[in-house]
Amino acid sequence: MTSTGGLAALSIDGLSVQFAGDRAPVQAVHGVSFSVERGETLAVVGESGSGKTVTALAVMGLVEQPGAITDGDVRLAGRPLVGLPERDYRHVRGRQLAMVFQDPMSSLNPVQRVGAQVAEAMLVHGTARTRRRARPQVLELFERVGLVPAARLARAYPHQLSGGMRQRVMIAMALANRPHVLIADEPTTALDVTTQAQIFELLVDLQREMGLALVLVTHDLGVVAGVADRVVVMYAGRVVEEAGIDRLFTRSGHQYTRGLLASVPRGTDDHAALPAISGSPPDLAAIPPGCAFHPRCPIAEERGSNVVPELRALGDGHRAACHFADEVSVGARPV
Amino acid sequence: MSMRVGDESGRARAAALDPGVVPADAVVTPGDGAEWRTAWRRFRHHRAAMLGLGFLVFMVLACFVGAKFAQEPNLQNLLEPTSGPSTAHWFGTDELSRDTLSRVLHGGQISLTVALGVALLSTVIGVVIGALAGFYRGWLDGLLMRFTDLWLALPALPFLAVAVSIGTVDLGPLGDLDLGGPLGITLLLSCLLWGSIARVVRGATLALREREFVDAARAVGASNTRIITRHVLPNCLGPIIVNATLVVAEAILVETTLSFLGFGIQPPTPSWGNLLSDSIGTVDDWWWLTVFPGLAIFLTVLAVNFVGDGLRDAFDPRRRLRA
Repeated sequence: MTSTGGLAALSIDGLSVQFAGDRAPVQAVHGVSFSVERGETLAVVGESGSGKTVTALAVMGLVEQPGAITDGDVRLAGRPLVGLPERDYRHVRGRQLAMVFQDPMSSLNPVQRVGAQVAEAMLVHGTARTRRRARPQVLELFERVGLVPAARLARAYPHQLSGGMRQRVMIAMALANRPHVLIADEPTTALDVTTQAQIFELLVDLQREMGLALVLVTHDLGVVAGVADRVVVMYAGRVVEEAGIDRLFTRSGHQYTRGLLASVPRGTDDHAALPAISGSPPDLAAIPPGCAFHPRCPIAEERGSNVVPELRALGDGHRAACHFADEVSVGARPV
Repeated sequence: MSMRVGDESGRARAAALDPGVVPADAVVTPGDGAEWRTAWRRFRHHRAAMLGLGFLVFMVLACFVGAKFAQEPNLQNLLEPTSGPSTAHWFGTDELSRDTLSRVLHGGQISLTVALGVALLSTVIGVVIGALAGFYRGWLDGLLMRFTDLWLALPALPFLAVAVSIGTVDLGPLGDLDLGGPLGITLLLSCLLWGSIARVVRGATLALREREFVDAARAVGASNTRIITRHVLPNCLGPIIVNATLVVAEAILVETTLSFLGFGIQPPTPSWGNLLSDSIGTVDDWWWLTVFPGLAIFLTVLAVNFVGDGLRDAFDPRRRLRA
């Protein structure tokens, strides 16, 4: 982890997001903190409903009614974003801070040519004055993200492209203004496996080339292994563990992470059933008291059901929110 | 964007079911602008709509081009008053021996221009109000929709009759406006007919603003104005066009009714409505004075409705093109 004058490209501190619910407010994100440097890839991992997508949207300033950021700070190279007037936020979005969405099938305007949509990202920020002037840059971007022949594909409508190609268009759109931070929200979930690998490869290439701070939101620890420098694990709206990629895979300090790791298919023994974490993620309107994971935790004790475990430093940039983090981390507790 | 929590699996499933998902690097090529092309192909298969379109084209040509070759509509020739259809006067003549064909064609110019003007104007008003209400929701939505309800609740004919009888109003620097003239009638009818378009556009906008490509546009920093004009409205062109078509039919009918009641376009300027109105006492003897303008109205409105039907089907994604 390299530091650039102590200012992370993106840092989130104690971020909380709440949605007004029918019965009780839904706490989708609860005191989440992490930061990313330029040139670094941070994976944010968790199941559906763990708050990772909401966190991403909150960073982009795209949480809408009935949702709201109730607490915390988002800083872009030190500049606070929460509470920024919409007008100013708009100049940040797509210019310094860009996002690739989960489903390329629905993220493109169906009645506009994809080239025009990429050009729009430049027009919005004045990177190009007219669509015609943006054209050379658009074609260059298309070639860079592997959309060739660029001139022909730029004239296509979204429904004429495959899922992988559409996601490439989304990436071109996100990178059109050379942002410093790119958030990719499950960029490959909607794609087939071979295409997934290609898109990840492209993202990593571009990240190195442009020195991006890349936040990769995913539920798949398997893909994280080859790509990320660090991993943040989220559960029920909280960060439960954060560690460098190697350390996370070898010395994880949280039972939930261990469960996730165990459930990644390895392709070695195809007869053994894949171990799964028992139970299901909690209803965010009724998060269990204490450690949110305790009802599913194999080593939970009395304390887990009434005391919320703090996110504790375990050294070497490793943090875990488990009452037994030290023991779990060194493997003293059985999984 | 309501809850985004835990919908990944649903999305993925929807994507898997989407027939639009094609293998990587395959390019489906039904050419550019496929949405419009498909709509046109569907429309072409709609026999009544094609028939209606053909008739409308004929009607417009007849009224605006053909009328140039017809006799002057107000030319009186006291030698042959009220004669039935003949080779000289296909639709006959009236009691002042004016040529009925010419008067129907010239009346059509007024009626069609007013109808088209109303469709255009009420669509613009409806789209602006509907898009603002649907996009911004909240108090603005409430305000604009109550305002819309107000106009929709006005009893059309009494309102028009009163407004027209005001006569000419002085608009200061804009000059005088005769509320009973073609322009005045166009404005008044537009006031009455934008409501349904506003509601349709609001509904479409409410649905569209939740679509992911609107979030994606926001994420590249697009302003609300840009999102509405570039992303929301182009995606509801279908319903807008369909409704505009239906307004044309409605405008013709209301204008006719108004003129028929004597509140609309004033004689001697012919309009389909006042032609009918003038002939009402003499149907028994001089049937051609009633039947020809009546047919013009009836067939035109029918044709417009057929075209509207065809367009609705053509733009409806649930209707698959029959091979």
